[in-house]
Amino acid sequence: MEPLALYIHWPFCLAKCPYCDFNSHVRERIDQHRFAAALRAELAWEAARLGRRPMASIFFGGGTPSLMDAQTVADLIEDARRLFDPLPDLEITLEANPTSVEAARLAAFRQAGVNRISLGVQSLKAESLTMLGRQHSADQAIAALERARKIFPRVSFDLIYARPGQSEAAWRAELRQALALASDHLSLYQLTIEPGTAFFTSHARGDIVLPDDDTAAALYDATAEEAGKFGLLPYEVSNYARPGSESRHNLAYWRYGDYAGIGPGAHGRVSVDGALLATRRHRAPEPWAERVERDGHGSTDEVPVASDERAREMLLMGLRLTEGIDEARFFTRTGIHLDAALDADILARALEADYLARDNGCLRATPEGRKRLDSLLGALVA
Amino acid sequence: MTDTPLDHIRNFAIIAHIDHGKSTLADRLIQATGGLSAREMTEQVLDSMELEKERGITIKAQTVRLTYQAKNGQTYVLNLMDTPGHVDFAYEVSRSLAACEGSLLVVDASQGVEAQTLANVYQAIEANHEIVPVLNKIDLPAAEPDRVKQQIEDVIGLDASDAVMISAKTGLNIEGVLEALVHRLPPPKGDAKAPLTALLVDSWYDQYLGVVILVRVKDGRLKRGQRIRMMAKGSVHTVDQVGVFTPRMIPTDDLGPGEMGYITAAIKTVADCNVGDTITDDRVPATQALPGFKPSIPVVWCGLYPVDADDFEKLRESLGKLRLNDASFHYEAETSAALGFGFRCGFLGLLHLEIIQERLSREFDLDLIATAPSVVYRVHRTNGTSEELHNPADMPDPSVIDHIEEPWIKATIMVPDDYLGAVLTLCNDRRGQQADLTYVGNRAMAVYRLPLNEVVFDFYDRLKSVSRGYASFDYQMDGYADSELVRISILVNGDPVDALSFIAHRSAAEARGRSICAKLKDLIPKQLFKIAIQAAIGSRVIARETISALSKDVTAKCYGGDISRKRKLLEKQKEGKKRMRQFGKVEIPQSAFLAALKMDA
Repeated sequence: MEPLALYIHWPFCLAKCPYCDFNSHVRERIDQHRFAAALRAELAWEAARLGRRPMASIFFGGGTPSLMDAQTVADLIEDARRLFDPLPDLEITLEANPTSVEAARLAAFRQAGVNRISLGVQSLKAESLTMLGRQHSADQAIAALERARKIFPRVSFDLIYARPGQSEAAWRAELRQALALASDHLSLYQLTIEPGTAFFTSHARGDIVLPDDDTAAALYDATAEEAGKFGLLPYEVSNYARPGSESRHNLAYWRYGDYAGIGPGAHGRVSVDGALLATRRHRAPEPWAERVERDGHGSTDEVPVASDERAREMLLMGLRLTEGIDEARFFTRTGIHLDAALDADILARALEADYLARDNGCLRATPEGRKRLDSLLGALVA
Repeated sequence: MTDTPLDHIRNFAIIAHIDHGKSTLADRLIQATGGLSAREMTEQVLDSMELEKERGITIKAQTVRLTYQAKNGQTYVLNLMDTPGHVDFAYEVSRSLAACEGSLLVVDASQGVEAQTLANVYQAIEANHEIVPVLNKIDLPAAEPDRVKQQIEDVIGLDASDAVMISAKTGLNIEGVLEALVHRLPPPKGDAKAPLTALLVDSWYDQYLGVVILVRVKDGRLKRGQRIRMMAKGSVHTVDQVGVFTPRMIPTDDLGPGEMGYITAAIKTVADCNVGDTITDDRVPATQALPGFKPSIPVVWCGLYPVDADDFEKLRESLGKLRLNDASFHYEAETSAALGFGFRCGFLGLLHLEIIQERLSREFDLDLIATAPSVVYRVHRTNGTSEELHNPADMPDPSVIDHIEEPWIKATIMVPDDYLGAVLTLCNDRRGQQADLTYVGNRAMAVYRLPLNEVVFDFYDRLKSVSRGYASFDYQMDGYADSELVRISILVNGDPVDALSFIAHRSAAEARGRSICAKLKDLIPKQLFKIAIQAAIGSRVIARETISALSKDVTAKCYGGDISRKRKLLEKQKEGKKRMRQFGKVEIPQSAFLAALKMDA
């Protein structure tokens, strides 16, 4: 049986960041008890429907899950361990912001069972942190990182680059500083402009100008080069790790494994009775909680993902990975042979152009192919 | 209502250069004679088509019957025929003029005589019109009525000393115009007792009434219920309705000699109504038809294709409906490897082409791709046969061509002295041959022979730009001549794109090939793979550009919650490909293709 990756969403933030299009909400007061109870109730409902099965990871995402009561985190971990069969090396990640308040609570999260922390550092430059709408300073971020490394066996943090006006030299310097602070994992994202964010409006007005594709590519290559010097290798488009330290939970997404999503707006892909269900929870926190209180769950719709849709989803996730897609697994998960899911002509040209490589029963995008993945997928997917 | 004695009728047209105030004057005349109440007056009543109002031009001829009590106490019927001002519609002008005895020549008192003024006034003179000069916009500070009067006398040879001085905008001296119409234009001639002869001036399709025919009665009476015969066409119809325009359609019992009005007679399409035909009584026919007009011939052709292939039938239907109203444009089905199924369409000129295209998109909600406009070439083969060619893709292999002829025009350009040099350079660059160059004050009038091929591309735009908008332009067709013409093919990754091939003079071929490749390079966004663009004459490549592959576009973040959205994006992207145009193996966004086709030389 496909082991489960469990995602738990905490939808609240202290402030909405101008680049963020995640399901996050700012509230003056949060009824911690109510949301804790609702999350636990929904987890129980999901477990009852899924039945006991192996569990490989738990991921607390948000929003800002480091604003949760540590007790809630502890309760949810305990519930999950009881309801599923945890693998011995169960990975439990929590996303945290490096403000001083949250940093002070890191030990409590460790106590609750979290064994991997992911800090939203985003930048080590004061003016960039302001521009990105972050609530912490560079010094606070560094302090939080140092503290986290003492508390957690595994630490990762996020940075956003290709910011307006950022030169390659400036980014290399900032990244080197970050790499010196890093342990075994980093998520390095190029800034993207998403609809429904404050940046989207600024971008449309021309107040924010993103680098062109050549500049973006150069920054991307520089990133891999610098990270490589510290032994962190790209295993996914924006994720770098020492071999063996990859985020197991996120790998489940990219390998198109089973994952259950609990909490407002959470998505899931879970095997139930031979079908792969796409699950989705009500996005708005309070109505979600009401539904859980009334029905035991806040699910809005659950639809089986058809074979060709599974093939597309697995392609668009799997080619993000350096390891690529295992052809045998592709057939197992989708019921379609890999070649039948691809445009043969584009496949041939992409292999010839060295955007794709195919060996040892795997199809993978090369670094050059990965940079162009959006248009590659658009052409490649039959 | 239509028993007006002939000497109390005046039929007149207004001729003017674009923007000199023709339609505004028409509005004032309607208002002053009470054709419409002030409340009913909308700006430029006669330009009823949305497009006409927007562009401030008249496309179809219109007519309106005004009742005017003159200062002498008598009441007159004044039939106003509004005419298009643009060169493309010269044909509509000529038939409008044939229905009148006189014209008001409206000239902007600050701008003076322009190229279209000349073209139209010559037509009026040819139609034996009595012409009353009217100087408009005399309220403007820049007005120079004396200079313009002198210019009218010098350039046109008309006595302008009695020109009526008005401001159509403010309504100044509209009465002067009405009095001039009554006293200076001749009344129509005609005999109410003679057999019916009425000139078929125009026809259009009205969705409630069917085909409506605009007529000018010469002799006899045209009555409701009458059996009429189209003398050239030979068809017979029964008149359902007779009426006049005030400008609203008002039914009457009949129309007498000298009158203008409309009839309906259960006719299905305007193609059944040859403009210029003579309408007579089927039982008491006239022996002699009125002089007709030359039929209009399309001089510019282009392919029109639906952006969405599923719209092909809708396009066919829409073209059919437009043709109900405009018999002057032609269409036939054709196919293109790059564009799929569409139609080859013929137009009277570039403005006509643009207007039909805009009407298709506005009135029928169609997204269209138009190929570059082409003129009609005459290809003479070595085996002695010859053919007309209006699609570059149909050009036969050079080895079987003996020679090719291309159409020429005679262009009249009026331009302030300051810009003359630039205008002459433009004409020379376009293979023009100077036929005449004269001056009136500080304005020059250049007459050039030019290949139409060189004009259909971007001549108007260039002319406007080099003269800062001051040059005016008019042309007439001026026969065919042998020419060294070649077809230039555009190849994308080695595959020719039929819709982009074009015909050019050998001397300009390389430069144009280079420029189109360079522009395509700018227009086509970078893609997954690199793209080679070439221009070639036969197998000889004359220009080459390479578009490098795009270097990065991957989405930075993609986790479990993004997957449904990303998959749907991917599926939408695949759908979007249907709206892309295939250049060989390369898909090009619609917008780039359109821009490529719009490109000038």
